[in-house]
Amino acid sequence: MAVSGLLMLGYLVAHVAGNLKVFFGPEEFNAYGHWLRVMGAPVLHHAWALWLVRIVLLAAVVAHAVCAYQLSRRDVRARPTAYVHRRRRASYATRTMRWGGIILALFIVWHILDLTTGTVHPGGFEEGKPYQNVVDTFSTWYGNVIYIVAMLAVGLHVRHGFWSAAQTLGVGNARRERLLRAAANTLALVLTAGFVSVPVAVMTGVVS
Amino acid sequence: MRLTLRVWRQRNADTPGAMSTYDVDGISADMSFLEMLDTLNEDLILRGEDPVAFDHDCREGICGACSLVINGDAHGPERTTTCQLHMRSFHDGDTIDVEPWRASAFPVVKDLVVDRSAFDRVIQAGGYITAPTGAAPEAHASPVPKADADSAFEHAECIGCGACVAACPNGSAMLFTSAKVNHLNVLPQGSPERETRVLDMVAQMDAEGFGGCTLTGECATACPKGIPLPSISAMNKEWLRARRKAARG
Ligand code: HEM
Ligand code: SF4
Ligand code: FES
Repeated sequence: MAVSGLLMLGYLVAHVAGNLKVFFGPEEFNAYGHWLRVMGAPVLHHAWALWLVRIVLLAAVVAHAVCAYQLSRRDVRARPTAYVHRRRRASYATRTMRWGGIILALFIVWHILDLTTGTVHPGGFEEGKPYQNVVDTFSTWYGNVIYIVAMLAVGLHVRHGFWSAAQTLGVGNARRERLLRAAANTLALVLTAGFVSVPVAVMTGVVS
Repeated sequence: MRLTLRVWRQRNADTPGAMSTYDVDGISADMSFLEMLDTLNEDLILRGEDPVAFDHDCREGICGACSLVINGDAHGPERTTTCQLHMRSFHDGDTIDVEPWRASAFPVVKDLVVDRSAFDRVIQAGGYITAPTGAAPEAHASPVPKADADSAFEHAECIGCGACVAACPNGSAMLFTSAKVNHLNVLPQGSPERETRVLDMVAQMDAEGFGGCTLTGECATACPKGIPLPSISAMNKEWLRARRKAARG
């Protein structure tokens, strides 16, 4: 879970940085989208690097989901009888890891159908014109709702996930505790704020 | 004080249990939680009813025999063992829910008593050193850095009560196992079995049916001995190190 999670996290950091290019206008954002396809050229053939990233990510998503399923089954089996007196346990981010993960998995499917294949995209999806595609997506109320909810889920998931991965990999200790918590919170905040800024910018007309 | 208790009653492992409600009166704020249960039991015996079975031994917070999930908290609202929890933590007229530790690895024996021998088997898998010890050795014979000695002492405090498992939403025994592994792994006396200890104890912990750790931190919050959450990370580090070493041969 830790290794696949960190792989995806690395991707998200690159993704949010790329998304922020939307603020520099259509030429730059579309050129960036084009670069993703010629990345690695001329050593690699067109879109090979992109496909490599896609394959690694897909493997990470599948591994993450399979591990989460196995871990959850084991955890449910270990506590067959629930307590009669229930009380809230752990922080919100920690408690929502399972549901948050499911929401994110559904979001990723929607997101690829929306902005990569264009299958569920509102308006005329045009390959190679990601700027206009993004603006179209965030011109619908449901586009905004889906993305913003998912981005909040990303923040919560990363907040617990990053710190947790550090513990799993044996990097945590009492002295690093504050540092790791701060790093997890910063990552979560930067990712959520960065991603959410795009729909907000379209809604407010800053990006159009 | 006068209290209403809702207590888990279960005849034995094979019959289903349920919460039963009892009123207890004449409880003083200075009584321990177990003395309060003694009062209830004396009452029950006088009335010809079956007294509530619960585990206890030292009643001074050092043996790890007492348990009880009180109002959803392992060992109750204070950070101590149930035997050291006093009734001043409650108020006249309170309703208090008392349940056993809940984990498939800790089956209920009767009422509030659970079988914690899974912990014994985890210890048997590696919670020992093989060097002959004999009488206390000369203190300077094998120097131990202060930080390591402190860490060993901190982890040696674990009394094996199982509150960590009871509090964990996943019924995981990582905090207990990490306390036992780290206690011996930081010391020179424990180093000959450093790798086998962590691998075997973790394997036994898994075999007992404890849940997997998702780092919720509930264990360390409940632990009456303050075994810290980063101990789990320290054990993971030892485990990864041992696995890498085994892979290299
Ligand atoms: C407001 C937030 C987001 C926006 C505006 C956005 C935008 C985009 C766009 C425009 C693409 C297509 C790039 C191209 O084809 O040139 C894309 C791809 C992708 N996004 Fe996002 N994204 C957001 C958040 C996320 C999040 C949170 C995740 C992960 C949970 C994610 C996962 C992906 C993946 C996996 C792809 C790659 C699909 C592929 O090319 O195979 N995105 N995103
Ligand atoms: S780690 Fe703490 S809660 Fe767990 S068994 Fe040891 S003393 Fe009890
Ligand atoms: S009875 Fe010994 S610790 Fe509570």
